[in-house]
Amino acid sequence: MLRDKQSLNQTRRSFFKTFATAGIATATAPYQTAKAGFRARVDYPSTRLANLRDLRINQPIDINYPDAESPGVLVRLGRKLSNGVGPDQDIVAYSTLCPHEGFRLIYDATDKTLNCPGHYSRFDTELSGQQIFGMCNQSLPQFSLYLDDKGDIFADGADELIYGRTSNVLEG
Amino acid sequence: MTYKRGIDQLPIPPKDARVQNVTCDFCIVGCGYKAYSWDLSKQGGTAPGENAFGVDLSKQQETESPTWYQPSMYNMVQQDGRPVHLIVKPDQDCVVNTGLNSVRGGRLAETRYSEQAGTMVDRLTHPLIWRYSQHMPSSWDDALSLVADVTRRVIEEWGEDGIIVSAFDHGGAAGGYENTWGTGKLYFESMKIKNIRIHNRPAYNSEVHATRDMGMGELNNSYKDAELADTIFCVGANPLENQTNYFLAHWVPNLRGTTLVEKKRRFPAEAHAPAKVIIVDPRRTVSVNACEYEAGKENVLHLAIKPGTDLVLMNALLTEVVAQGWHARDFIAQSTSGFDTAMQANRTSVKDAAEITGLAPADIQKAAKWIAEPKAANQPRRTMMCYEKGLIWGNDNYRTNAALANLCFATQNVGREGTGCVRLGGHQEGYVRPPGDHVGRPASYVDQLLIKGEGRIHHIWATDHFKSTLNAEEFRRVYRRRTNLVKEAMDSVSYGDHAAQVDAVMNAIRQGGLFSVDVDILPTPIGQACHVVLPAATAGEMNLTSMNGERRLRLSEKYMDPPGEALPDCLIAARLANHLEQSFQGAGDTETAKRFQGFDWQREEDAFMDGYHKHADGGKYVTYERLRAMGTNGVQEPCIGFDGARLIGTERLYTDGRFGTDDTKAHFKTAQWRGLQAAGREEQRKQFRFLINNGRKNMIWQSAFYDLRVPFVRERFPLPPIEMNPNDMALIGVAPGDLVEIHNDVGSTQAMVYPMENAREGECFMLFSSPLGQVGNIVSAHTNELVLPNYKNVWADIRRIGRAPQADGISFKALEYPTEI
Ligand code: SF4
Ligand code: FES
Repeated sequence: MLRDKQSLNQTRRSFFKTFATAGIATATAPYQTAKAGFRARVDYPSTRLANLRDLRINQPIDINYPDAESPGVLVRLGRKLSNGVGPDQDIVAYSTLCPHEGFRLIYDATDKTLNCPGHYSRFDTELSGQQIFGMCNQSLPQFSLYLDDKGDIFADGADELIYGRTSNVLEG
Repeated sequence: MTYKRGIDQLPIPPKDARVQNVTCDFCIVGCGYKAYSWDLSKQGGTAPGENAFGVDLSKQQETESPTWYQPSMYNMVQQDGRPVHLIVKPDQDCVVNTGLNSVRGGRLAETRYSEQAGTMVDRLTHPLIWRYSQHMPSSWDDALSLVADVTRRVIEEWGEDGIIVSAFDHGGAAGGYENTWGTGKLYFESMKIKNIRIHNRPAYNSEVHATRDMGMGELNNSYKDAELADTIFCVGANPLENQTNYFLAHWVPNLRGTTLVEKKRRFPAEAHAPAKVIIVDPRRTVSVNACEYEAGKENVLHLAIKPGTDLVLMNALLTEVVAQGWHARDFIAQSTSGFDTAMQANRTSVKDAAEITGLAPADIQKAAKWIAEPKAANQPRRTMMCYEKGLIWGNDNYRTNAALANLCFATQNVGREGTGCVRLGGHQEGYVRPPGDHVGRPASYVDQLLIKGEGRIHHIWATDHFKSTLNAEEFRRVYRRRTNLVKEAMDSVSYGDHAAQVDAVMNAIRQGGLFSVDVDILPTPIGQACHVVLPAATAGEMNLTSMNGERRLRLSEKYMDPPGEALPDCLIAARLANHLEQSFQGAGDTETAKRFQGFDWQREEDAFMDGYHKHADGGKYVTYERLRAMGTNGVQEPCIGFDGARLIGTERLYTDGRFGTDDTKAHFKTAQWRGLQAAGREEQRKQFRFLINNGRKNMIWQSAFYDLRVPFVRERFPLPPIEMNPNDMALIGVAPGDLVEIHNDVGSTQAMVYPMENAREGECFMLFSSPLGQVGNIVSAHTNELVLPNYKNVWADIRRIGRAPQADGISFKALEYPTEI
């Protein structure tokens, strides 16, 4: 269901960086002792998702990020959020692959949650994708966003591992 | 703020990664996992030929992919003294969980000891001894000779009844056949300890004495039966949160109707439909919600019973089933006894039951129908009956358990496919011990003995009374006072003078002191009061065998080193026995010394062969090697043979209509209603405003011993939640996330307010056995006649203390899946 066979031209080939030991340690504490060459964080593409004009409050639009095979939503929630963007700081974006087993999440506009029909996991879009109930040991990957002066909304990162990948940016 | 790991890639196991069988440490379901480990300096690649899964990992994986592992399933640990990468992920080929992980099992790797990753770094690594006024690291020899010498002196002066033991008796981590045998051999064979209790209750007793007395063991079917049942009758249990993958992998397919093909294949002459489910629970749990979503509301009957009245409901169902002529006449005549007497004593009209239970008469009749109305002439329904702590720790344990078993026998819902009358269970099981008949029945009420000043030395194995007893405030107060007496005495003599130390301890004991020894994996509240703390290994750090809720026995393999010098419990018991032998030898008592022989085990496998292999039913067929070959599917107990390649097990019990009584008949029992049985509860109910029901939450395993240390869980539950109806919250002026005190005539405790739209007014639900707010503080000491506590039905008032830490970062939105979207 999630194999949307589009081209992968949005995926930027990852850039293999070698961190100095200190760099690795500060970037991601659990992996301090990984061998040199182990990248602490992957490099993300900057991808245009939509324009401000496209967004209606509480009506999510489907997006794909960081590539065509990774579905998500972009939503304007109508309330200022600590990591929201836009003039009202109320725009956020999330992966919609459930981190448990990859079922597609469904938006419930009544309480602004993303819900998994697989095994009932629920995530709060107003709180960085915090899992309210469920089977996952992580909250929902949230995409970091920025706006340009034309009102175009771009994603340029993710804060958790996306379902079904060993790396958020595929190496294919 | 919502916790994020910031991890966006994970190491890949190379083609030659080591792969081992793991059974989840946590709940009774015992899901199958695989541990992948490989050298820290190596990495696999994304190409199919470069990784252990043989799959192209450069591509997005499909839904339900067998190769997906979350960051919580990864860690870095020591293996044979070398650092390795570790992935512990669910096993697709295990019939128990078919590749599913629950939120608890999904963090098996993350809850391992890792100095590199900083996880569980406060695991106990070396023995600790109280000296120079604090717990000091020491050697095994030093710690065990002190314990052995004080134990010997206590035996010499007061006999073995001067020793109090608190010990696990279950399977999974902090238990398992190796460890129950190790402790069992020490306390029931070398010694005959009478004053012993189990990890979550104050005595050494069964939670289901009644069904056993009636001839039926409590784990008598297969998980498969939940797929084949016409009706599932679930009493006082919440399987989505507590037996998660049993529910997801075996109940849900039947509720959805996807097992219809299999039902038709197995029983071609019968009518079939997707399962109906009846849930008896005062709360509307997420299990009710999930059942409605999967089966449709019309196939789910939630009986939101008045707490503590289950017995009346069971008796009314029995009466109704018999009145309708839906009972199993032939089976009753051939395979049971006591039917008429029980019917006479237990007869309860639907009308009376409706009044006492608060249920609608029509719903009780509907339940009777769903349970027992034949599908057609000579086509009895197949109803699986299951229950857990709502029944066990609810009101009047023995009789209520009997009333359910009566209903099961009357409808012959045991021994047939698609049936069973089973506990859903908490921990896995792993009990093999020498006979414990000397403990007696009723067993000693150990926690009261300690409060009364009895007992001179206390051996504690992975148990924490401070979190899981009743009348807990008084218990802690007395316990600290008594153990402090000994600490002060120890502080008054220099440690290096061993004889003087032991004398000082003995003097303090004579004055009411208690010497206390704690074996555990992590520091615990009760451990702080102890004089010696011994570090145990846990699952993954030793080979461990247990069985799950369908008696499925597996070997969960050792894939990493224990922290520091920690040892498996069975070997700690053995080394303690060795030191006791020496201590008695040294004191010239060679007779007693001999009783501690037979503990020359070097590995946990030695304990398995001495215990399970020699003493368990069917154990003679089972070895580590044979079990390892059976993988994560293992074999269902009892094992009845070995065909040269595979162990042969038993899918379900009592298929021949012969039960575990002297006359092999199932015995009906009288079970009359006597109101709230625990003394004082009826008065408490009138005096205080809120029922404080309690139990587990999906996210938290047991007493939260790991979860307190897991940021992902801690952010959701910095304190134990208490679920309340918003109207009740308004009534006492509290908001979501407020820190409240729950107080009554017994004591007081704390929790964080969690709003619950569909909680009934006046009925709250609190997390059980949290170290940061113990329900036991407000549970009175009264038990039933067999010393089973009624933890569930307590009443208290609630007042605001302030705001819970971190509460503002918590989402308090509804837990239920929105079935309308
Ligand atoms: S359902 Fe129980 S056994 Fe299975 S993964 Fe979860 S906690 Fe472990
Ligand atoms: S796939 Fe979402 S909860 Fe299982």
